[in-house]
Amino acid sequence: MSQVHRSVVYEWLRHDKKFPHVWCPGCGLGIVLGSLVRSLVKSGLDRNDVVLVSGIGCSGRLPVYVDVGSVHTTHGRALTFATGIKLSKPELAVVVVMGDGDATAIGGNHLIHAARRNLDLTAIIVNNQTYGMTGGQYSPTTPLGSRATTAVYGHIEPAFDISALTATAGAAFVGRATVYHVVQMDHMFLRALQKPGFAVVEVLSPCPTNFGRQNVLGSPVDMMRDLKHRAVPVERWNAMTEEDREGRYPIGVLVDRELPRYLESFRTSCEIAARLRKEGKA
Amino acid sequence: MSHGASDAVSVSRFVLEKRLGKTKGDVHILPSPIDALRAACVRCSAPISPSVSVRRFRDARLKLHESPLIEKLKRPRLQVAPSGLPRDQRMDKTTMARPKPRLLQGNEAIGLGALAAGCNFFAGYPITPSSEIVEFMSRELPCNGDPFIQMEDEIASLGACIGASLAGRKAMTATSGPGFSLMQENLGFACIAEVPVVVVDVMRAGPSTGMPTNVAQGDVQQARWGTHGDHPAIVLCPSTVAECFDLTVTAFNHAERFRTPVILLLDEVVAHMREKVTLPAPETIEVIDRRRPTVPPDWYIPYKTDASLVPQLADLGDGYRYHVTGLVHDHRGFPTRRPDEVEPFYARLFSKISRNFGELERVQLDRSDDADIILIAYGCTARSARAAVRLGRERGLKVGLIQISSLWPFPRRSVENALSGKRFALVPELNMGQVRREVLRVNNGRSIILGLSKMDGSMITPDDILRRLAEVA
Repeated sequence: MSQVHRSVVYEWLRHDKKFPHVWCPGCGLGIVLGSLVRSLVKSGLDRNDVVLVSGIGCSGRLPVYVDVGSVHTTHGRALTFATGIKLSKPELAVVVVMGDGDATAIGGNHLIHAARRNLDLTAIIVNNQTYGMTGGQYSPTTPLGSRATTAVYGHIEPAFDISALTATAGAAFVGRATVYHVVQMDHMFLRALQKPGFAVVEVLSPCPTNFGRQNVLGSPVDMMRDLKHRAVPVERWNAMTEEDREGRYPIGVLVDRELPRYLESFRTSCEIAARLRKEGKA
Repeated sequence: MSHGASDAVSVSRFVLEKRLGKTKGDVHILPSPIDALRAACVRCSAPISPSVSVRRFRDARLKLHESPLIEKLKRPRLQVAPSGLPRDQRMDKTTMARPKPRLLQGNEAIGLGALAAGCNFFAGYPITPSSEIVEFMSRELPCNGDPFIQMEDEIASLGACIGASLAGRKAMTATSGPGFSLMQENLGFACIAEVPVVVVDVMRAGPSTGMPTNVAQGDVQQARWGTHGDHPAIVLCPSTVAECFDLTVTAFNHAERFRTPVILLLDEVVAHMREKVTLPAPETIEVIDRRRPTVPPDWYIPYKTDASLVPQLADLGDGYRYHVTGLVHDHRGFPTRRPDEVEPFYARLFSKISRNFGELERVQLDRSDDADIILIAYGCTARSARAAVRLGRERGLKVGLIQISSLWPFPRRSVENALSGKRFALVPELNMGQVRREVLRVNNGRSIILGLSKMDGSMITPDDILRRLAEVA
């Protein structure tokens, strides 16, 4: 992926009253923001044809910084708003930014149904393994045994694998990236934007302020290093033994497939309805 | 007349022969084939039943193909709408234009009203007793290429509607108590972000699952206060099928005009009841669309308002790149906590509705002028109250009725007027006094306010009201 010049990124950001952003030092969301804007520029989309939708939480604040149509919705419901927007104006590129709690806890039902429907949406799920904005409570992706402000004796629930979940639910494209592997993340976002059907990118991102501090994971730099060491390209992952996989996860394109798409089926359905109506049968 | 179709033909031939001397020839001198039949019936001393005769005559027309009479029979028939729906449910310009009474269910009238108001997006989740609305819209919208989607729950349904409305569509969803509870979250979003949307809540007995197929009016205060945080609300409540249609159009108009969610509160009886309704001709229906920006995108300030206090709403993707949020926002739509921006925001949110209280009031009076007892009722209970007024008057009771169609904002002025000078007022309702509470609030010593509450899953009957009147009168 060729470089997108900084000045272009600058143009895509909102400058009236919006910066500095709300995120903590060391947070990965700023990197996700930059990567998303670069991918949008790279995709060749017109700014007027992009709508960014988000839920609630640290990730929910992302769209307000980008100078496109942006909708900051209710907690967990971003995908439902996005569904309404996309169905109403299929020509728009609708990108949904969610956090792990947003997408898989309160919005879990919407996530699996959006994936099943295979509507042309791009879902970016920023997974920092905790509820950052509310102070570091455990989320559905908090690893077993780690600490959170609501799991001071150690977390006793197993974690969701967001990529596996959405792949099983029927997403056409599933990718995983980390904020350490920025170039790959840019690439993954671009692939997801270009993919017809429901495309998910799970982005692993550090939360040094809450998750890192409670689990004594060190400085933001240490947490970045941790991302680097744990992430394994999916090609290598496939050749690894169960033992080697312990504590690691694959990154890259995990699923890329052709499935019946909602919008196409809907158009066909409308044609049938209109024909039957014309013939007096509906 | 015991003969069948072939007899009818022979009869008409007989007439033709008698009158014209031959079967073929100057048939045009006959005024119409029906008259020929009538004449035949008279001649044969057969009982005249034009409809039966005409049907038989038509059945026989194939056999008549050699006769010039066939030309007469080829008169254009009533134009049939190109729709497979039962005759009384067809929805298009041909049928809409015909001011003809139709047998309609309350839920169907809601659907027809929505289409008449320009509804072109529906997202819903099936729930008794509102499912007919979802089914109706799923049938109608795709015929015009408009989206219908059944979502995974009611939260998602309203979310999709808000998204669609922001993208420029007129969106509606329909539900009942349990689903309405789920919708409260996104209802608040539509309030604060000022998104026009119509939500139908068909009330059933609650709380929780309650009695799904039984009538109740327990959601009146929920419709007003259901979502958290202080906010204005517009709630309309029909009591007849015709009113279902009218108020649905009104609901869309209010939603578009004031950029706010509007709730249409039905009860199970009104939703499921069938009545003869004459729908208004489409050209007579007033349809209001939201005000869209008239300035170029660079000048557009999303929440800046003029004297109407209602900001102009651009469709997402129309070149106006703006931010929509459920956070309290400044006039640019960006989150704010500055008291000097928050305070005017809330003030405007309330004033845009409250300054139009007068226009939003919808009540119907029935013999309230000379009454000394006033009934205050809404929904299906208003129907019983209307009957009770008639029966009460027959028994010498000076009863009148004020039927409330706009529950919120509460039609204070009309109710105050109706209460003045009355010996007492009775508020029959299918809850423990949710509207009585409001009547008491606006009464201020004008009259004595009594209630009639019923919560057994059935309607309040005219007899129930008359018995209560007999107790207290």
